[in-house]
Amino acid sequence: MPFIPHTKEDIDAMLAVIGVASIDELFDEIPPALRSAGLKHVPSGMNEMEITRLMHERAERDGRRLNFIGAGAYEHHIPAAVWQIATRGEFYSAYTPYQAEASQGTLQLLYEYQSMMASLTAMDVANASLYDGASALAEAVLMAVRLHKTSRRVLMPATIHPAYRKVVHALVRDQNIELVTVPYCARRGHTIPNALESYQGGDYAALVVPQPNFFGVLEPVDELTAWAKANDMLVVAVVNPVSLALLQPPGVWAGGGADIVVGEGQPLGVPLASGGPYFGFMACRKAHVRQMPGRIVGATVDRDGKPGYTLTLQAREQHIRRSKATSNICTNQGLAVTAATIYMALVGADGLADVARASHANACRLAQALAKLPGVSRAFSGPVFHEFVVQLTEPVESVLRSLKAQGILGGFALTRDYPELGDALLVCATETKCDDDLMRYADGLQRILGSCVVAASSALQSSTI
Amino acid sequence: MTTPAHLKYARSHEWVKQDADGTVIVGITHHAQEMLGDLVFVEAPVVGRKLKKGEECAVVESVKAAADIYAPLSGEVVAVNADLADAPEKINADAYSSWIFRLKPDDISELSGLLDAADYQKITDQEKH
Repeated sequence: MPFIPHTKEDIDAMLAVIGVASIDELFDEIPPALRSAGLKHVPSGMNEMEITRLMHERAERDGRRLNFIGAGAYEHHIPAAVWQIATRGEFYSAYTPYQAEASQGTLQLLYEYQSMMASLTAMDVANASLYDGASALAEAVLMAVRLHKTSRRVLMPATIHPAYRKVVHALVRDQNIELVTVPYCARRGHTIPNALESYQGGDYAALVVPQPNFFGVLEPVDELTAWAKANDMLVVAVVNPVSLALLQPPGVWAGGGADIVVGEGQPLGVPLASGGPYFGFMACRKAHVRQMPGRIVGATVDRDGKPGYTLTLQAREQHIRRSKATSNICTNQGLAVTAATIYMALVGADGLADVARASHANACRLAQALAKLPGVSRAFSGPVFHEFVVQLTEPVESVLRSLKAQGILGGFALTRDYPELGDALLVCATETKCDDDLMRYADGLQRILGSCVVAASSALQSSTI
Repeated sequence: MTTPAHLKYARSHEWVKQDADGTVIVGITHHAQEMLGDLVFVEAPVVGRKLKKGEECAVVESVKAAADIYAPLSGEVVAVNADLADAPEKINADAYSSWIFRLKPDDISELSGLLDAADYQKITDQEKH
């Protein structure tokens, strides 16, 4: 049901029925002292022409640079049909589908989205989405603790996205839940199953397992899952949805699979858009569904026996039981999910696999080209998906600045979050890059590092004179 | 439906039946299931849990609402009715034969603090308007 505003005639007629002279009168219970008289420090509004001009000017400042940054948000090609359909009024302005009888279109779309995500992750049920990957992980940690019932400690690998770990910490800190960091292998770039021995018998509610991890490296998910299960822990998987077109889905890890799966859905048809809005996906085993937060759409029949859809299991939600709700979320990322569902339907399972393969192939070619350059080395020996870490002999921030001056966004600097890696750079290549782009990056980096060598050697010469 | 005379009742619409071995079984009344509508899920307390009288200990969920069940007596949960896991609608069909959990009471004299059938009937009659 699209948003259809009332006309003045509609409003006057409704006011006449209830016997009120104006809409303002309906608020006259609010004491005058509390009523807002206007926002003194906010400048007056601009008209459409002025605002459009301002936005154009700002957009031009972004420039047009070749983007090799991944780190949780990935630039993929979005077919034109996706947003052409998603911006239809019925999708664009539809409200939360509380009234099933007036929202069958929205509900059907959400049901199809849930079905696709459940299928992609090989789990029993998915919800209608959460805000983003980071908060989805926080919800999963809270859910795992509720399900485990006895422990309030969760094992969190250091290879999980640093921003995700900060968000989870912020959300669970005051709920008496402890996050214990699990270190990674400096050589391979992933969590070491053998190192988990030290946590044995330590009483944890869950082990979080990324795939791929923040470094782009593939984790030994079967071993990690098996260990967690053997030690009475739930497994929370954090996955890249595009990678699932090629990798074993978390529903079958170590045979029995993970308990809860979350991740960032942005790669599925949602533009980078300066950081959002994105959407978080969540799926779980059927046995755990009553502890899963977020909206869930179910299929049913109406009183005439015709198929229909409705929000279901609403006793988990705060509008039914506030203090006992599984979360205070009472929404989903409807528009982003609409785009993702259309994207997945358009590209299909085969198309998604093509995207994944092409992205990975580009990343491998770029990694090979960069690793050949003097002053550049691959940080980790473990296999990767479409992203990799290189270590440089020059300060990474100044290299990135020089690359940016050449119109290239070289990657995500890891020095702040992983200082132990030194001058390390996380580089991503998706299907949007062609061989010329990869060569341009390699040549550009070579020139920058080469000129550093020249500067160093000339400084050496002048100092020996 | 007449309120069975051999049971005791709480104001919060639980019924209690004392068994020969000194334990009691607890369920919800016909009036309660009627108000809730078709039940879809019963979350029973964990066996072994110790309850205080009046404490929230279980949840019944229907298509339109979720309601807490309160312990009518203090005691320890010694059993739960496994039938209700797959067929919560049994409570709708016959509320007084569908017990939810069995309690070993700390102090059986607390039973006298509960309502008898006539007093409970008066309360439900008032609630109907």
